[in-house]
Amino acid sequence: MRTYTPKDDVQAKSYYTDRYYVSPQVPKSEVETDAVFAADLEAIKAKFEVKEVFIQVEQMVVYINANDIYGVLELMRDELEYTQLSEMSAIDWLAKDNTFEIFYQMLSMNKRKRIRVKYFIKNGQAVDSVEKLFRSADWSEREMFDMFGIEANGHPFMKRILMPYDWQGFPLLKTYPLEGDEFASWYEVDKIYGKEARDIIGPELRDTARVDRYDSQRFARLGHEVPKGTEITGDEPKNEQAYQEDGGVFLIKKFDKESSKIIDDPQR
Amino acid sequence: MAQHKVNYTQDGGLPVALTSIDKIVNWGRSNSLWALTYGLACCGIEMMASGASRFDFDRYGTIFRASPRQADVMIVAGTLTKKHAEFIKRLYDQMTEPRWVISMGSCANTGGMFNTYATVQGVDRIIPVDLYLPGCAPRPETLQYGVMLLQKKIRANKAGNAQKAKRLM
Repeated sequence: MRTYTPKDDVQAKSYYTDRYYVSPQVPKSEVETDAVFAADLEAIKAKFEVKEVFIQVEQMVVYINANDIYGVLELMRDELEYTQLSEMSAIDWLAKDNTFEIFYQMLSMNKRKRIRVKYFIKNGQAVDSVEKLFRSADWSEREMFDMFGIEANGHPFMKRILMPYDWQGFPLLKTYPLEGDEFASWYEVDKIYGKEARDIIGPELRDTARVDRYDSQRFARLGHEVPKGTEITGDEPKNEQAYQEDGGVFLIKKFDKESSKIIDDPQR
Repeated sequence: MAQHKVNYTQDGGLPVALTSIDKIVNWGRSNSLWALTYGLACCGIEMMASGASRFDFDRYGTIFRASPRQADVMIVAGTLTKKHAEFIKRLYDQMTEPRWVISMGSCANTGGMFNTYATVQGVDRIIPVDLYLPGCAPRPETLQYGVMLLQKKIRANKAGNAQKAKRLM
């Protein structure tokens, strides 16, 4: 049986006590154990510096210098048959050593192999765009810029892709609060009504469990209707809720169950 | 020449009904509520089901229109993102008065489970809402009941030009 832990404050606590917890690594193996990867690595090593390399979950992970990325991917595409860039993005390690880890997931349909090319950049540094090599990098690099603020040099249209163009902040950074910062919480109000409307509309209600049963400004409370804005004491009379007005509506007959005939014979 | 066979003075009376302007205008408005298709997320699927043959909104005179200029009621069905917020305001402004808004589902009511930076925490931060439908997603029956309640609300109001325009601010 699972050990008991008190659940009364479980909503208020965060899921992880250590925010930058690094999970135990899956076992790594040497590149020599796979002949295809070993040949690929030789071809890369002949032209570029490789900092670290290993095989993990049947995929080769190669760490290179940030400046070499265009050359490495070009070599892999043209000579090593890694013709697809499945995905690319960044990992936020700012709290650890003020760096981003950029990864490129490559797929070879002919060899049926995957290689992950990685490198580190400092915070504020830009990366080289590989959009000229792989069209899929177009949106991926825009998304990386949108979410992390990492710009790609040589990209034809370096703008946000998911968030609005006038958004401030980079939501996938670990320092970015999930519920948004000051700018995010007032974004739609500022944009549509202007900053002076903040006092009228009021801050966002972020407590989803909050129900104010005496709120007559926003809710009519079915069955206990009062005029809008009434001070509610809690002992309002219950009024029966009907689909239609009692006397029926002009030109529309009210359905009368008593005078209607129900045919319950399936063989009729 | 064809002869009238109905003797109005004896068979059921003259084909005349007396009523007030308020009643007949509200009768027309409440029974031809043309809805703006505003499916934003999974609630939109339920809204489409409400319009389709099994639940059949046409019985209530509710016909979905793809243009705000032809619509009377905006059924906001789904999650409203902050990027989209300005468009819902623009479409609401393009609807002709009198106009009504039904907020359908938890996301449209309060932001629902999306307690995040990118989601508007309730469409009533942007536009005035007449009816909140609970559910995730509400069944088509809920939407039908909501439309009936809205009809009732319309009939309870005065129909004249003096009808106060709804403004969030």
